[in-house]
Amino acid sequence: MPNVQSLRCKECGRDYPQEPIYVCDFCFGPLEVNYDYDAIAKNISRESIQDGPLTIWRYDELLPASRDNAVSIGAGMTPLLKAENLGKELGLNNLWIKNDAANPTHSFKDRVVSVASTKAVEFDFDTIACASTGNLAGATAAHGAKAGMNTMVFIPSDLERGKILGAAVFGSVVLVNGNYDDVNRLCSELGDDRRWAFVNINMRPYYSEGSKSIGYELAEQLGWRAPEHVIVPVASGSLFTKVYKGLQEFAQLGIIDSADTKMHIAQPFGCSPVAKAFVEGQAHPKPVVPDTIAKSLAIGSPADGMYSVGIANKTGGSGTIVPESEISEGMKLLAETEGIFTETAGGVVISTLRRLAREGVIGPDEETVALITGTGLKTLEAIADSVETVTIDPTIRSFDEVVTGAAVS
Amino acid sequence: MPFRRVKFVFKTERIKSPVIYELGHKFEIVTNIRRADIDSENGWVILELEGAVDEIERGLEWVREQGSEVQNLDGDILAG
Repeated sequence: MPNVQSLRCKECGRDYPQEPIYVCDFCFGPLEVNYDYDAIAKNISRESIQDGPLTIWRYDELLPASRDNAVSIGAGMTPLLKAENLGKELGLNNLWIKNDAANPTHSFKDRVVSVASTKAVEFDFDTIACASTGNLAGATAAHGAKAGMNTMVFIPSDLERGKILGAAVFGSVVLVNGNYDDVNRLCSELGDDRRWAFVNINMRPYYSEGSKSIGYELAEQLGWRAPEHVIVPVASGSLFTKVYKGLQEFAQLGIIDSADTKMHIAQPFGCSPVAKAFVEGQAHPKPVVPDTIAKSLAIGSPADGMYSVGIANKTGGSGTIVPESEISEGMKLLAETEGIFTETAGGVVISTLRRLAREGVIGPDEETVALITGTGLKTLEAIADSVETVTIDPTIRSFDEVVTGAAVS
Repeated sequence: MPFRRVKFVFKTERIKSPVIYELGHKFEIVTNIRRADIDSENGWVILELEGAVDEIERGLEWVREQGSEVQNLDGDILAG
């Protein structure tokens, strides 16, 4: 890509060529894509973006792979919905829901995997791989199928059947006998041993850039401005840092006037190392062993946790630890007010939003976006105990008795 | 010989202990510090360890027993 100058170490600033590498040889800092913003500024405009496809690839000037090679199943340009009902419930008059459950495999992971798989093609890999317990598995399997690549999706063998099938339908899934640590270790070893494009190992610098597209879309869909608040569910912290980066890049390039968005961390009690570090004033999150129903946020050792804490502090944001019992409450609240069935991570976001509104961290008229990263259909077990149904006999009499409560003579 | 990239986080009471020196002497492990930030109260060190897989595992377990945190520098790979 002509717009990419190098990979650059986030810690020591050393530059590397664009290769499938992810860590600085010298200081072991993470590598990040380094763009030539002067060149990009000459080519990008609101109009050029609007002329692009209705996918993340409309922002290809700011992505590390070419639109011409794009492995795309239509990720991106998901709805940004004015949440008037939920807003009324929470006392927020300017609330928006970014619904990334509307992506092709029903989560934001399609964005990052679309970029990673495109880059894998450009690097001439024949195999794409990931280790996942949910959304990433489906996204990688689907994009691998679209790209015509061999696909290796590693999943703990005790994962719920529905999640396994949701990825296996696209092609090869490898079930690993062992716990999360075992799968982590195996994939780390395979990442060193095999010439594969491992989306969240050697493809990580490119993969993570896909999340910036959420920041771009928020700005575009709001009428070319940055919101005052964004609430983001945090797992590794990559999504959090890249949404922020996307907004900052748009401001830097003059696509929007400014980006003074306050970035808010949302984590569940059972896995909250990043929010806890923020609350306790620590720069470095302390790793934890996850024990949460929000499986998509169960990253106990978050690679971008420290950077997320830094951004929350720098922007005047916050860190919220949501009790596990409030996760399904948040899911139900969003479903009952806005007709959106979110995954558990979304429940964490909505419960965080409710707390921030109550505490006055978010003012009633401040423009706020809650980021919904995936669909609840993949985590039905999370709301099984909190959703009520009624059963009737197939008669009007029974309907009146049970449902309407009408007196029956 | 295999390599591992790890981060040690020291609590205040361990700041004065020569943990890395002892790790290199008690075990067949070569330690190579790449980045660190240590003051009188807290500290972390990012380093590369070279040695047999089992020896590194034993060495890291010993570091944990000394009261220091050991983190995999790449973070968790298994994602949601």
